[in-house]
Amino acid sequence: MLLITANWIKTVGTGVRKGGMIMFVKQLSVFMENREGRLEQAAEVLKQQEINILSLSMADTTEYGMLRMVVSDPEQAQSALRENGFSAMLTDVLAVRLENKVGELHRLTHVLRAEGLNIEYMYTLVAGNLMAMVVKTSNGAAAAAAIRNGGLVLYSREELCMQ
Amino acid sequence: MIWNETKECMSRDEMQALQGARLVKLVDRVYHNVAYYRRKMQAVGLEPGDIRGLEDLPKLPFTTKDDLRDTYPFGLFAVPNSQVVRIHASSGTTGKATVVGYTRRDIDVWSECVARCISMANLGKEDIIQVAYGYGLFTGGLGGHYGAEKMGATVVPMSTGNTKKLINMMIDFGVTGILCTPSYLMHIAETIEEMGVRDKIRLKASLNGAEPWTEKMRARMEEMLGIQAHDIYGLSEIMGPGVATDCHLHRGLHVHEDHFLPEIVDRESFQPVADGVTGELVISTLTKEGIPLIRYRTKDLTSIDHMPCECGRTTARIARFTGRSDDMLIIRGVNVFPSQIEAALLEMGGTTPHYLMIVDRVNNLDTLQVQVEVEERFFSDEIRELENLTRKIEHVIQQAIGLAVKVKLVEPKALERSMGKAVHVIDNRKLD
Repeated sequence: MLLITANWIKTVGTGVRKGGMIMFVKQLSVFMENREGRLEQAAEVLKQQEINILSLSMADTTEYGMLRMVVSDPEQAQSALRENGFSAMLTDVLAVRLENKVGELHRLTHVLRAEGLNIEYMYTLVAGNLMAMVVKTSNGAAAAAAIRNGGLVLYSREELCMQ
Repeated sequence: MIWNETKECMSRDEMQALQGARLVKLVDRVYHNVAYYRRKMQAVGLEPGDIRGLEDLPKLPFTTKDDLRDTYPFGLFAVPNSQVVRIHASSGTTGKATVVGYTRRDIDVWSECVARCISMANLGKEDIIQVAYGYGLFTGGLGGHYGAEKMGATVVPMSTGNTKKLINMMIDFGVTGILCTPSYLMHIAETIEEMGVRDKIRLKASLNGAEPWTEKMRARMEEMLGIQAHDIYGLSEIMGPGVATDCHLHRGLHVHEDHFLPEIVDRESFQPVADGVTGELVISTLTKEGIPLIRYRTKDLTSIDHMPCECGRTTARIARFTGRSDDMLIIRGVNVFPSQIEAALLEMGGTTPHYLMIVDRVNNLDTLQVQVEVEERFFSDEIRELENLTRKIEHVIQQAIGLAVKVKLVEPKALERSMGKAVHVIDNRKLD
């Protein structure tokens, strides 16, 4: 991973970084048991904290689910959820700008595949004028480089939060 | 039929004289051959000469499972290894197994005791008996096997596992008796019903042990199979199955008192209680050579009746067990302590997460689910990682207790805590 990172910094320079940081977006991940009212309770906590949910996806197994969200203030949301008895963590993901036209998903998957990167999960984000695919891959830094090199654009956290 | 009338029908006076004489010899033997016991006796200022008969029994210190663990593996053996012909070990634990050794004579006595039990179930040498306990370190399989052979029955060493095969052989061989856990017999009975072969079964009696069960279960098994079901009690520390069994009158389990001296003591004061009063069963092994135990606390709760039984036997009878004085669970015949689950979870690193064991009985087989609170240090946003975590926890617990277990991840603080103390066990098995 280090090798790839070094290589990527050399070829694309600072173009992919903002303020020295890789343009990761903080995703809020919440572990949820499959029991009545749990999602409603989580949503209530976010409402009380005046946190806006830009996008979410729910992965479920028979016994529990994983609620993944891009929210307006992930740190505040995390601490509020923790205080209310939820297991919540922040995960670095990438928000890739996609246009509303044929072949956009293929563009994204093609560059990732070309670099041998696996997609752990992905879901769409549509907020205001922004349309993006939120992606978690087997190697976030390498994926960011591949995406930029492939001519795709990553949204920064600030860009998303302005919505 | 009474297997050994001389011993099983003794007058109370004769029995007490025999027990007293054997107790004196036992104390002398362990004092001189087991350093651990010698130190234990010296610590309370006792010498062998202080024990002159049964009346001196309360002077002796108790032995517990901890003593066996402290002396792991052979520290309580009273004979050199050259005289030990077999080893058994308690079910379940890895680091904490309790090991017992048998001399050839111990095996003979054990077989004799099991033969007496099988006779109480009115089975004899004309009978064909399936032993469907697990064979191995667990005492059930080999203990039942040797006893049934000793009495001259035709023994089919089935062990556990393939129920349909067991039933087919039961039919083909004309099996008349079976030894297994009560929950397994229920499973067999239901499988027989499913197969629609009830009319081809010639079973007369069963001896069931290694697990708690109730009169209702007995009634149901007897009705489903048209048999007499008997409760066979034992524990590996003392010998294995065959310490006590109920005769056809089912008025308590006759203890083979000439080999096992029973006492019932108060759960808190540890003072002996009167007949009919429930307390903890304590046993001294009067004749055991390999690993003789003095006043071993079984942690099983029962009461005792010294009145002769109408069946002709005069041996004391202990009542059906009402529970345990510790937190041990018996799941599919395997002894499980919540502390083992805790120790296994500790292996995951850091402090022990909160957990809850849920024991249930599905289709007459015990199931164990362990719910573990997902702490953030275990947490991942990827389902695959959480599934790996589940499997890893299942694996460490399985390694620790020797039982298949299902782990369920739950949210933090999801598990109930009462008075700040976590509840670790919910036993949903309906034994009534």
